Amino acid sequence: MKKMRNARKIRLDRTMNLTTKIYRNRPWKSGPSRAASAVLAVMAFRPRVSRLKPLVIRTGERGAEAPLFHGHIPPALIKHLVLLIACAFSISAPAQVTFERLLNSAKEPQNWMTYSGDYSGKRFSGLDQINTTNASKITAKWVYQTGATGKIETTPLVVNGILYATAQDDRAFALDARTGRPIWMYQRQLPGDIRPCCGRVNRGVAILGDKVFLGTLDAHLIALDAKTGNVVWDVNSADYSTGHSFTVAPLAVKNLIIIGISGGEYGVRGFIDAYDADSGERKWRLYTVPGPGEPGHDSWAGDSWKVGGAPAWNTGTYDPATNQLFWPTGNPSPSNRGEGREGDNLYSNSLLAINADTGKLNWHFQFTKHDEHDWDPTQIPILIDKDGKKLIAQANRNGFFYVLDRTNGKLISATAYGKQTWSDTKDAEGRPIAKKEASPTLEGHTVCPGALGTTNWYPPAYDPQTGLFYVTSRDQCDIFSTAPQPYEAGHAFYGSAYFPSEEARPYFGFLKAIDPATGEVKWKFQHTTPTWSGVLSTAGGLVFSGDAEGNFIAFDAASGKPLWHFQMGSAVYAAPMAFAVDGKEYLAIASGSAIYAFGLP
Amino acid sequence: MRRQSRAALLSLTILSFAVASRADDRNPLAGDAKAAKAGEYEFRINCALCHGLGAHGGGRGPDLTRAQKRHAHSDSDMFQIINNGIPGTAMPANGTNGQGVGMTEEEIWQIIAYIRSVEVKATATQGNAAHGKELFYGDANCSLCHMVEGKGGRVGPDLSTVGESRTREALIESVRNPSRRLAWGLTESNKEFAQEYETVTAVTQDGKQIKGVAINEDSFSVQIMDMGEQLHFLEKDKLKSFQKSRDSAMPKYDADVLSDKVLEDVLAFLVSAGAK
Repeated sequence: MKKMRNARKIRLDRTMNLTTKIYRNRPWKSGPSRAASAVLAVMAFRPRVSRLKPLVIRTGERGAEAPLFHGHIPPALIKHLVLLIACAFSISAPAQVTFERLLNSAKEPQNWMTYSGDYSGKRFSGLDQINTTNASKITAKWVYQTGATGKIETTPLVVNGILYATAQDDRAFALDARTGRPIWMYQRQLPGDIRPCCGRVNRGVAILGDKVFLGTLDAHLIALDAKTGNVVWDVNSADYSTGHSFTVAPLAVKNLIIIGISGGEYGVRGFIDAYDADSGERKWRLYTVPGPGEPGHDSWAGDSWKVGGAPAWNTGTYDPATNQLFWPTGNPSPSNRGEGREGDNLYSNSLLAINADTGKLNWHFQFTKHDEHDWDPTQIPILIDKDGKKLIAQANRNGFFYVLDRTNGKLISATAYGKQTWSDTKDAEGRPIAKKEASPTLEGHTVCPGALGTTNWYPPAYDPQTGLFYVTSRDQCDIFSTAPQPYEAGHAFYGSAYFPSEEARPYFGFLKAIDPATGEVKWKFQHTTPTWSGVLSTAGGLVFSGDAEGNFIAFDAASGKPLWHFQMGSAVYAAPMAFAVDGKEYLAIASGSAIYAFGLP
Repeated sequence: MRRQSRAALLSLTILSFAVASRADDRNPLAGDAKAAKAGEYEFRINCALCHGLGAHGGGRGPDLTRAQKRHAHSDSDMFQIINNGIPGTAMPANGTNGQGVGMTEEEIWQIIAYIRSVEVKATATQGNAAHGKELFYGDANCSLCHMVEGKGGRVGPDLSTVGESRTREALIESVRNPSRRLAWGLTESNKEFAQEYETVTAVTQDGKQIKGVAINEDSFSVQIMDMGEQLHFLEKDKLKSFQKSRDSAMPKYDADVLSDKVLEDVLAFLVSAGAK
């Protein structure tokens, strides 16, 4: 069995050699080169190749071994065919990311094929070559400078030695994951008047088949060829001029690309879309604010639903057992003024369980009813199976850690995991409810957490080995004050202003390890200042995160003790991930406008 | 057809010229009370985080109710600053602070209309600036730690522009009760420097005590300027102990040390220096 695995690995490695060589020879974005023509010629053989699929190709020190083959073909031709087949296999077959592979991503820990590492959202890597015994020896392997300005919030994907990531202004690129050398770079030609909230950022791509999928700041979904970066299709989801944009990494499920809209700052009507991966055709749309006649519509006063927000700007998770997507939604608009949108404002600030095939809503759970503090809980909900229970856990922006039964959406527990002053009672279901005096006023008054929340979009991680949930959190209180603003299409629509409360200085930032069974914080590491870095956990007993001072840090997953750090030179606004090439484990994270890779010496 | 498109191109050019040159003009919304009200809300959303509610200045941003401004003399200057930021300071360009969205041209003019509506003429300084200068560099010992226009100490913040950028109340508080609010650092989106002047005490393995202010710090290292202006770059895990305090290294100047009248003279000096 082990031998088989080695054989497979060698083949994958050869794949890398071939692909990189071809692209190195290829003139940058000019017509097809001789090498590319050769590839096309090989591709033409694909039908025959697939018929010959039972062949086992082993490449080793002594070159290609002749496979078992029953037929009357001269030996010279066999040699030729083998070469062709090797090429065809190398170039097309292993690069194909099928739904099957995504379902079984734990079986290939060397690859990181979806935003959160797998469908459950655990952001847990099965790699253990880098572990608590050797973490102190980790060293920088390469740096790739994107040339962009601003901050990068991407999580790279790695498939068969190729790293795919994104940067500001909808750049997407592919790198040789061993060296950081670029294979292709795509940049969207964005209109001058796009309306992103909070930076011209993007959080990553999805991959399925031989295509990479990018949501753009002008609300398009684009399919790029995974090997060239060429645009395969480009569809427009919504009007960017009214505040719609995509910053989220899409999710590939079956043959669908699922993506949620941003624009809660502009009073959009939120939605989650599913597109056919081959054609770009939209298969379903679920509006997160119900229209007239739909259940939940009466939770909005008057016409407020039309500009109700509830965007879906972070990547959801997926349970193949029930074919359900779990997608969190953001704040109602305007974010900090409830006047004019009286009611619960469904399905804002909710977790939605959605049939992945049809987009039908199976159940919802609203974390904060009628939110007035911009606590949009788009934090990634993680699927956890424990003691026969099928759970879903989320560390929420409002300061509570929620555990739900994911078979029916019933709340199991809600426990404060950071400083909060907005709720001291719970309803019959156990849901924290807001004190009346927590509402923002024209004069402004202090509420904790502040508008940035106890946590924010940056992804958490769950380690099945320690059974702990790791999340970056912040203790900060803000003065919330309203600023009545009429809705105007394409204009910021906050209805509010907030300021850090001076009394609460300094603010504290932490990495916290929470036991989902009790909601108890098992350990915490206090950063010098709050960070916007996500978290990764690995089978090596390690947790990785970054800080606002530019450090990339390895922690002991059991104790929270920092074991290693590296100064990258700029604050981290991204989440780390792990991959392996040539049997060597790497870690990658964005800092400043660059992607860094780390490994053992 | 061709002529048409040329005409269209010409009108586009004129239009874009008009848009570009608008910023050079006086505020088109000047004196418009409705625009100023809209500007007040825009100000709360976009500016008050640093410049405070009512534009009276926060810990980080200058008091904008003063008629005399260091960087912006005309409406068009102010427009340029709001739109492009001020390099080398915490003032970001429109839409780039990473929190919230950018403002339209109209919204910027509304904000300028609002700022103009709350401006007050600077009250004549009561103090004697010349005497204040004497005290600053002499008996009051300010210059042991603070610099004004290149002269003075290095341990505390440079006060060359503070008289112009902070409110009178903030200046008085900083003298009377320096620990109440430490200097605020840059905004989070460009926080390379903490710049809070926290007081730190480090003890090395050989028992040497280093006391000073934190120039910068992260989880693993600290850069300290000691009271003798020596720089120390230390790794925290190699220290015997490391302590940080939000009690300012600056002593409190009570009224018996610096009377209200004499304090006015020091303030007059800082305001006159800041106005240069």
